[in-house]
Amino acid sequence: MALKELSSLEKFLGLKKPNKYSTQGDRKVPVLQSNSGPGLVGLVTIATHLTQEAKKPDLLGSSAEERAVVQQWLEYRVTRLDGCAKEDIRTILKDLNTYLEDKVYLAGNHISIADPLMYYGLHHIIMDLAVHEKEKYLNVTRWFDHMQHYPIVRHHLPPVAVLRNRVYTSGHH
Amino acid sequence: MQKMKLFVSEGNPHCLKALAVLELTGVKCDVQHVNHEEKVVPFLSRPTLPVLHLPSGQYLFSSNAICQYLFDVSKKGSSKQSHQWLEWEATELQPALMYALHLVVVQGKTADSAKGLEAPLSFLEQSLSKRTTAFLTAETVGVADIVLWAALYPAFLENGLKTSELKSTRTWFERVGVLPACQASVQTVLKGKGVEALKGYLQKQPAPHGQHTQPRNTHTSSNGSPTETEDSDHNTTEEEIEAAAQIWNQQIDCQSKPERKHPILPEEGKRNVLITSALPYVNNVPHLGNIIGCVLSADVFARYGRQRGWNLLYICGTDEYGTATENKAREEGLTPQEICDKYHAIHTDIYKWFQIDFDFFGRTTTQKQTEIAQNIFWRLHERGFLIEDIVEQLRCESCQRFLADRFVEGVCPFCQYPEARGDQCDKCGRLINAVELKEPQCKVCKQTPVIRSSKHLFLDLPKLEANLEQWLDRSVSTGDWTTNARNITRSWLRDGLKPRCITRDLRWGTPVPHPDFSGKVFYVWFDAPIGYLSITANYTDQWEKWWKNPEQVELYNFMAKDNVPFHSVVFPCSLLGAQDNYTLVNNLVATEYLNYEDTKFSKSRGVGVFGDMAKDTGIPSDVWRFYLLYLRPEGQDAAFSWADMALKNNSELLNNLGNFINRAGMFVGKFFEGCVPQVVLQEEDKRLLAQVGWELKQYIQSLDKVRIRDALKCILNISRHGNQYIQVNEPWKKIKGGDADRQRAGTVTAVSVNMSVLLSAMLEPYMPTVSETIRSQLQAPPASAHFMLQGEGNFVCSLPAGHRIGTVSPLFQKLEAEQIETLKKKFGGQQPEEEASKKQPQTITQNNAATKASAPVAASETSVKADPELVKQLVAAIAEQGDKVRALKGQKAEKAVIGAEVAKLLEFKKQLALAEGKSPEPAPQKGKKK
Repeated sequence: MALKELSSLEKFLGLKKPNKYSTQGDRKVPVLQSNSGPGLVGLVTIATHLTQEAKKPDLLGSSAEERAVVQQWLEYRVTRLDGCAKEDIRTILKDLNTYLEDKVYLAGNHISIADPLMYYGLHHIIMDLAVHEKEKYLNVTRWFDHMQHYPIVRHHLPPVAVLRNRVYTSGHH
Repeated sequence: MQKMKLFVSEGNPHCLKALAVLELTGVKCDVQHVNHEEKVVPFLSRPTLPVLHLPSGQYLFSSNAICQYLFDVSKKGSSKQSHQWLEWEATELQPALMYALHLVVVQGKTADSAKGLEAPLSFLEQSLSKRTTAFLTAETVGVADIVLWAALYPAFLENGLKTSELKSTRTWFERVGVLPACQASVQTVLKGKGVEALKGYLQKQPAPHGQHTQPRNTHTSSNGSPTETEDSDHNTTEEEIEAAAQIWNQQIDCQSKPERKHPILPEEGKRNVLITSALPYVNNVPHLGNIIGCVLSADVFARYGRQRGWNLLYICGTDEYGTATENKAREEGLTPQEICDKYHAIHTDIYKWFQIDFDFFGRTTTQKQTEIAQNIFWRLHERGFLIEDIVEQLRCESCQRFLADRFVEGVCPFCQYPEARGDQCDKCGRLINAVELKEPQCKVCKQTPVIRSSKHLFLDLPKLEANLEQWLDRSVSTGDWTTNARNITRSWLRDGLKPRCITRDLRWGTPVPHPDFSGKVFYVWFDAPIGYLSITANYTDQWEKWWKNPEQVELYNFMAKDNVPFHSVVFPCSLLGAQDNYTLVNNLVATEYLNYEDTKFSKSRGVGVFGDMAKDTGIPSDVWRFYLLYLRPEGQDAAFSWADMALKNNSELLNNLGNFINRAGMFVGKFFEGCVPQVVLQEEDKRLLAQVGWELKQYIQSLDKVRIRDALKCILNISRHGNQYIQVNEPWKKIKGGDADRQRAGTVTAVSVNMSVLLSAMLEPYMPTVSETIRSQLQAPPASAHFMLQGEGNFVCSLPAGHRIGTVSPLFQKLEAEQIETLKKKFGGQQPEEEASKKQPQTITQNNAATKASAPVAASETSVKADPELVKQLVAAIAEQGDKVRALKGQKAEKAVIGAEVAKLLEFKKQLALAEGKSPEPAPQKGKKK
């Protein structure tokens, strides 16, 4: 799972040569193998590293503030979202929904690696949402749809139909 | 643009990082303290702290992101490695830590807590041991260091979480921890309360799940009985329940505990335990910190050991030699011997009031001390462990003596402060070598001393180091050494040992017997610990059976942490070098410091409660003991607080413990004519027995390891279970019902009253009077206490059906807010009110607020201009004290007590003379001519 996502991320970053990954532990934490010294461990660490390799530092944030916000959402992804209990899903969606109310991207006014990584992490959750729930978390859905249509983000994941045509105002399902 | 603001809450462990980094980076930012529950970030449903509100309006709610941001804007940057550490901290370490802390702090289960931490800690240890830099990622401290340090800090505070050997981790941890930024953040977040400070926060968090290590709830009984709902309770298994029910029915089959017959001597085949408490220094009245630090802690352990049936000797005494005594004698115009006699009596009285049950409380100024100290000296000398060296010292020709550091004043060589002392400058705080002082003056006669060289003897510690390390390794790995004791010892050894001077040019001490050093005495640090031996020798001629018997005797030393090196390094070296098969310490139990309402106890500023005043508060000795032990600074400094004391008294003693015991006894009296009713155990009762049994086991395990505070919590847990049990079963209603209901009421009452007997046994080490009161109210059989504490603990039915109990009355009294407010004012020290001035005349004359609060001796020589207000206060104080003395004499009070009060009176008069601007009389010289 994490490995597919990393290879999608490589493509998103425009890295030509694929890296070798493995996982460790019960939580299947990704490890980036390296020829020199110990590998890099952890999704956030590896993603940050790949972005630097791709020479796209803006994707990590273009100011101290943006960098911090990017790191914050990356951490949110691996600590709150990954492996979260069922009952927490609604809270996460609700919070993200409020946060995204006035935002197009998670950090700043342009895409950062926090966006695709959050998208990868949320995909299975959004897939399972009933249509009316997708409407409930409208800002998340909008952002999610934006991501899946963003060039070369989606890759390994199937598209999710998110929006209904709101022809009728209510009652018809 | 608005300012940047950091929101933190006290007792929230994640705030440690943010505050430490803020301090370290010096980024300009407001800090706002809010409640744990405050919703700072508008888009998060759950309150989260710390939060950094950025000037742009953006919120950072991840503590690691906050730290990274602060490092980033302060241009300190961060490396790839630090990213990896931060991610590891957030994903691996934090969940394990939160789970462990929750277990310890909220559920009080120290035993299982360390398991989940083993894996992450050993990973950290491995990484640290392989690194080549001083810190995690570089030679200078980085964001990863602070984040990991802060994460681990609460866990390392708690003894229960400490895993044995994490050498590199500890070194690194200490290196980060000494940074002022880190210390400041600890103070802000924990307020000197240790992990307890986190309780409020942790309780509000959803109970974290241990990842794979947590033993899942094995108890899956379907009846869902109402007493079995709190998740902080131990989940009992069916086997435990059955076992508990069987124990309940056991007969008390052993004799009551062996009576104490003096002299107590080691016996073949018994557990022979020798307990010492650090010898309190004679020249001052001990404060609460001194009391909890050594004598009281050792007393609890000794009482516990006696209950367990160990063959045990607890000795202590006053440490009487040294400069400070000479100094005090000069101040009070007495001879050193008179000072010692006077204060020894004061100490004895105080400890008696606190019910410290020494087997013997002696003193160091005895013939035995001279004999044994000189014997050890000669043996060291013969074996070549002493070396000579020349030391330069100041000598006052007019006083005809070498001046101890405290007897010299002069201009500070660093900051030119004119009243620097011989050892330290009060203004710039730097340590001074007395001979470096400019324009030195003898404090007594104001003459200029001269530099003289004087020959001294040094204990050759480097030569003994290998020997010492070999012994230490064994002792630390087989005995119970508190972590601070291990750390302090390790840091001494790491810095390398240097020869230490053991002689002094003083008069008040044990004379050095060597003819080349006549007129000199032993330095107190060499001499004082020998006091343990000589005090034992004054107790019994067969003292060597204790002190030269390492095979049969287990030695426990109790002390505060400042005393550790002398007991773990220096004194063992003396004994090892003497090569006389001495008993060396097996278990070194050191406390941290107890502060007073967030400041230090200070005799000179009149801040804090001192041993002799505790009884004047009207609060019983047992309640003092309870609160001090409840606070006992294990693992971290603690703070005495009046409000908290009242709270603990009212909530724990009155409403929890006292309420339960009283209700149980009242039911027997009211509903069953004073006779314990028949017990018919149901499943629910058995489960309670198992739970109580489990707490009892924890209590024994904790006390065996000298975790005195933890064990006290077990007692309170038992009465809490008991209260719940009564509440749920409502015997007062059932007693009015049918036969089945009446039988139920009987069972609940009988089980409860038997729990009270168990509680009395467990309470004995902590609150001996209360324990005795409970036992006499219930007419408990004498052997029961001893029996219940054998092995892993046996909660037996010791009051069988038909047993007649005595009269039951309440055990505790409420501490009212007004009473506490008065006491707080009285002992506060800030504004010397009349009452305070009566107790502590020094408060007023010591107008130099900068005086180091910790200075052990009140330097009362400061001259003060005439102050009418002060004079008035003192006149009133003298009148009152005079009345007190007359009253005491009228009551034919003990001589020592009267003597102490007379001394206070004289002291007041001296203060008055000073306050009136008269030049203080030269101190009478009678003690000095010897």
